Amino acid sequence: MNWTWFHRFGSPPYFYRVAGKMIPWFAWLAAITAVAGLVGGLGLAPADYQQGEGYRIIFVHVPAAVLSTMAYSVMAVAAGVGLIWRMNVAHAVAASCAAVGAWFTLVALATGSLWGRPMWGTYWAWDPRLTSELVLLFLYLGYMGLRGAIDDTARADRASAVLALVGVINLPIIHYSVDWWNSLHQGHTVLKFGKASMPPSMLVPLLLMMLAFSFYFAAILLVRARGEVLRRERNARWISEAIGA
Amino acid sequence: MMHWLNMGGYWMFVWPSYVLTFLAVVLNVYLARRSLQVAKTEARRRAQAQGSGS
Repeated sequence: MNWTWFHRFGSPPYFYRVAGKMIPWFAWLAAITAVAGLVGGLGLAPADYQQGEGYRIIFVHVPAAVLSTMAYSVMAVAAGVGLIWRMNVAHAVAASCAAVGAWFTLVALATGSLWGRPMWGTYWAWDPRLTSELVLLFLYLGYMGLRGAIDDTARADRASAVLALVGVINLPIIHYSVDWWNSLHQGHTVLKFGKASMPPSMLVPLLLMMLAFSFYFAAILLVRARGEVLRRERNARWISEAIGA
Repeated sequence: MMHWLNMGGYWMFVWPSYVLTFLAVVLNVYLARRSLQVAKTEARRRAQAQGSGS
């Protein structure tokens, strides 16, 4: 396998330039899929036979929850790559994931609460899925706190990378919590082996919204990572050319 | 239209979910752009300072 692309992305000027070109593509893909998903989810999909119109919260709740775990996965992989290959760009990517991931973990928890009140009769329960998602929020906050507490960037990168990798244990717990324990939260609907337990009229808008949130995350991550690369490379010669100074 | 906005009586749960998500989406765009802008401004200032110093 040819790993040239991997080493190229490790070069800050190359990453800065290519990321700048990719951002508009991801942004437009996010906008298009979000519009299609919203039209399908709020307009075309039928009401659920049990939850009525209230189930439409899932078209933002599920994508936000998926983004929250996706951001952590990217953060952990980037942190691992940074730690093993001492790749500065990878650390910049890892550092850029945390804030977005934390925000969307909060959105997943809040929209889940708003769904839980009419369906379960409570905004919050110490349910395995909800609790493990809350732990994810604390992991993000801990990661950001740790980075902020260490002045030296290289040390902050290493310490926060270890924390990010240890926290990976929470990802399968979030995913399988509905299987491993008795949970108020409904079981797997989309991401399960075999057939999804949703009709296409609901599943397609949900998948479109999940795609939209994934493209959105990619765009936001690259914008943040470019800023992070600029800060880390502040004394490099390529910077003047890249920012047109 | 009113029927759709009412969301079968669940409007007070459905619409706040969408508004909250929308606000988080917009806020994260703003924060990411501002973060990049601050880094660019700082890099420009540094480049100009180096240019005038040399």
